[in-house]
Amino acid sequence: MSEHLIVRIVSKMLIPFILLFALYVQMHGDYGPGGGFQAGVIFATAFIIYAIVFGVKRTIRVLPLTVVTAMVSLGLILYAMVGFVSLAAGGTFLDYGALDSHDPVHGQHLGIIIIELGVGITVAGVLTAVFYTFAERWQK
Amino acid sequence: MERLHVIVLVILLIALAVTLVRLRSLLAIAILTGVYSLIMAVVYTLLDAVDVAFTEAVVGAGITLTLMLAAISLTTRRETKPGKRKGQRIVGAATAIVAGVALIYATTDMPGLGIQDAPIHRHVAPYYIETGPTETGVPNIVTASLASYRGFDTLGEVTVIFTAGISVMALLWRWGKDDR
Repeated sequence: MSEHLIVRIVSKMLIPFILLFALYVQMHGDYGPGGGFQAGVIFATAFIIYAIVFGVKRTIRVLPLTVVTAMVSLGLILYAMVGFVSLAAGGTFLDYGALDSHDPVHGQHLGIIIIELGVGITVAGVLTAVFYTFAERWQK
Repeated sequence: MERLHVIVLVILLIALAVTLVRLRSLLAIAILTGVYSLIMAVVYTLLDAVDVAFTEAVVGAGITLTLMLAAISLTTRRETKPGKRKGQRIVGAATAIVAGVALIYATTDMPGLGIQDAPIHRHVAPYYIETGPTETGVPNIVTASLASYRGFDTLGEVTVIFTAGISVMALLWRWGKDDR
């Protein structure tokens, strides 16, 4: 854990806003700049800051290793599943218009939001997992 | 005016690159690489590529810097002195100069900055711009092309990230394993 008081307090204050900003970028990717990839990176950064300032042990209590490793594959599965669902709904692979039989535009919007979520989950998981792999060696 | 801004920023980038080559402290190199990415993000913003700028700032200045610092804290803070042999230096300099001249020569073939009838703007881009907002209902064309029209490419991209992640974990992950 860092002994620097200012670093501790400032990061404690900023981390909730970083997480909130990540969620904003995630959900607002279709209106403004950003999207799943950027949101995932910001999300991971918040946890990495927490790990650097407060220690890896405490971070693992918040975001356990099993959750991180599950996130790595969960996002990709979510993305691919959207493709298979649209396939089952009568469209082509990843044709989101088929997701809503009444309004293809609505289906497109739904598909984009879900696949962006998949991208975000995988990116956040991979980056946190890579950081955790490094951080394990700090323990000694 | 915008062109002037870009020129000033590019001069700054060149100065940074020269400094980076001369530095030996890995900590300073990692931080200056982050600064480089941040300036690059400003250049992209001036060129109206906001999504690229966002990615550059977040990845280049944010996560890469953090992971570099994590790696430095596990290894060493100083780079070892390069070889003093004269032959090595001449070969290195010659490679850099030849590659640099070739790249500069290649740019003379590129279409001018922001020219509308460049080949890349005449293929599928007009279709995406015209039908994107009505067909996908998404105002940000970058998101519409990446997630919808190019959804299959993006799926491949996520697979690449996934593969990179599990490769690192397969090689280095030691949580829950006993040290022998």
